[in-house]
Amino acid sequence: MKATTTAQAIYGRPTSAKRIETGVFWLLRLCTYFVLLCAAFIFWDIGAKGGAVIFKSSAPFINVPFLTEAPETLNVFDYQGGKRTMGDRAFRQFKAEHEAELKGVPVETYVYSAGGIFPNIAGTVLLVLGSMLIALVLGVLSAIYLSEYATDGPFIRFLRLAIINLAGVPSIVFGLFGFGLFVIAFDFGVSLLAGWLTLAFMVLPVIITASEEALKAVPKGYREASLALGATKLQTIRNNVLPYALPGILTSSVLAIARVAGETAPMMFTAAFVMRDELPWQVQRWTEFVFQGVMALPYHIYVVASKIPQNEYTRDVQYGTAFVFLFTVAAIAMTAVILRQRLRKKYQW
Amino acid sequence: MVTLAPMPEPTVTPSAAPRPVAVAPAAPANPAARAVIEIDDVDFNYGAARALHDITLNIPERQVTAFIGPSGCGKSTLLRCLNRMNDLIDGARVSAGQIRIDGVDINDPRVDIIELRKRVGMVFQKSNPFPKSIYENITYGLRIQGQKSKARLDEVVERSLRGAALWDEVKDRLHESALGMSGGQQQRLCIARAIAVEPEIILMDEPCSALDPIATAKVEELIHELKKQFTIVIVTHNMQQAARCSDRTAFFYLGKLVEYADTRTIFMNPANPQTEAYVSGRFG
Repeated sequence: MKATTTAQAIYGRPTSAKRIETGVFWLLRLCTYFVLLCAAFIFWDIGAKGGAVIFKSSAPFINVPFLTEAPETLNVFDYQGGKRTMGDRAFRQFKAEHEAELKGVPVETYVYSAGGIFPNIAGTVLLVLGSMLIALVLGVLSAIYLSEYATDGPFIRFLRLAIINLAGVPSIVFGLFGFGLFVIAFDFGVSLLAGWLTLAFMVLPVIITASEEALKAVPKGYREASLALGATKLQTIRNNVLPYALPGILTSSVLAIARVAGETAPMMFTAAFVMRDELPWQVQRWTEFVFQGVMALPYHIYVVASKIPQNEYTRDVQYGTAFVFLFTVAAIAMTAVILRQRLRKKYQW
Repeated sequence: MVTLAPMPEPTVTPSAAPRPVAVAPAAPANPAARAVIEIDDVDFNYGAARALHDITLNIPERQVTAFIGPSGCGKSTLLRCLNRMNDLIDGARVSAGQIRIDGVDINDPRVDIIELRKRVGMVFQKSNPFPKSIYENITYGLRIQGQKSKARLDEVVERSLRGAALWDEVKDRLHESALGMSGGQQQRLCIARAIAVEPEIILMDEPCSALDPIATAKVEELIHELKKQFTIVIVTHNMQQAARCSDRTAFFYLGKLVEYADTRTIFMNPANPQTEAYVSGRFG
């Protein structure tokens, strides 16, 4: 009846099913490697060219002015037979000292190509922290309501659908929304507060959806056990649901951090200035703190990469800023990751 | 015909395997015991589907009452009605009749469900200690009630763990995670956690279904001890368990109460042929 013995069947040439299996396996593997390769190329390119701006071969090995100064206009001129490049402030001083020699010498100026990006770093960190705080508070509270309190019905289903759809709204639309509502209607002006709220709203869907999933993943047994001991629903959530869901919530916030830090469109509508002389903490009164605009890294990249004439001097700023930006986002995200690991260790289940 | 009659002991059923730990046979139930839970003509619905029909039974004080029956017969549903755990399920409700504890209708809107659950504790099928220390597990019920005194909490931890016959096993690792305990210990920890809030009634929903025979025997011994202090209602799939550790047994089938009597009567001399078929192992 059977044409082959078991030994012949299991040993020898692969069947067609096996060959397809191998082929598909390699296709999947190559796709993954291709994606990784693209990502690696981007990181390598920014790392190499940006790293050349940030790191120096001599002590202190780091380009400190780039990290601690504000952007300046670069002045390029011929002086005593050589080309000199100088930031604005240094050039003014130099000009005062060498008034006679510089008479008639043509000076080329390139905006934002000298100095550093410190105000941008500070502004980005402030934007991320504030908007993540708002987004986490609003998002987690909404998720608790949806997952623990709301009874499923047409309205709640509609609400969920709306939240998921909100995640698909392009960030520029959020930017316009924030500009219309917070900047103009609420009269916050281009300010940290308007930026915080706009960016928070932009990542709320991600946070709500992920937090709800994290809350739902907490075994029902913990809720029942707590309620059966005479705990109220609030005590149960506070003691035996939310703590176990926090690692999952933090995972979603890592993604959200990258988004709020990087979405340029909402920022440029609501919070970011191209150039501002004062640092965020140099405000007249503390009440004005949230109503000031800031400089931000992604917007700075946008400006130096596409809004000013390109030349050999702008390239350094572009790569340097991109490098610092990646590093800043990674640092904030790592904080969340470390926090998550600690919580996981504390509540293992 | 199954030969039940020559069996000398009411706690031994035909298919009972030899027990590793002897459990005292159930003493004859005191028929004069006060009915602490009165279930009066109760219907229960999950949405439109009716899960319980016209259930009427009284559960006497400080005795062990077992609910038995095949899967889906409504025994767990009824148990969860007694501390209103079914409130957690959307659309689930007692649609007719009354459940009275100490004479009070527990589904009355004026009933404080939190206080009810403090008085009617529950142990679940799957042991569910919180992923915290043993100490924190036991004290949880008291701490949410605002008890802060360290001395009082320590005292309750020791008393509850002794009550659950767990003290000697865990007294040196009270501050280690409860999840490091064995399955049987975890279930006894859940019992200790339940008795720490000093309930009057303890509901047990198949407490031994995930335990091996030795751990089961320990929990059954514990039930014997606990009934001196508490009224116990236990749902079980295991008929031998019902026979071994309950005073009264209720047999449910398809959402109806088929028979409710002394455990001895249910297993030795059931009035209903369905009951007899079930307890003798011919179906279910």
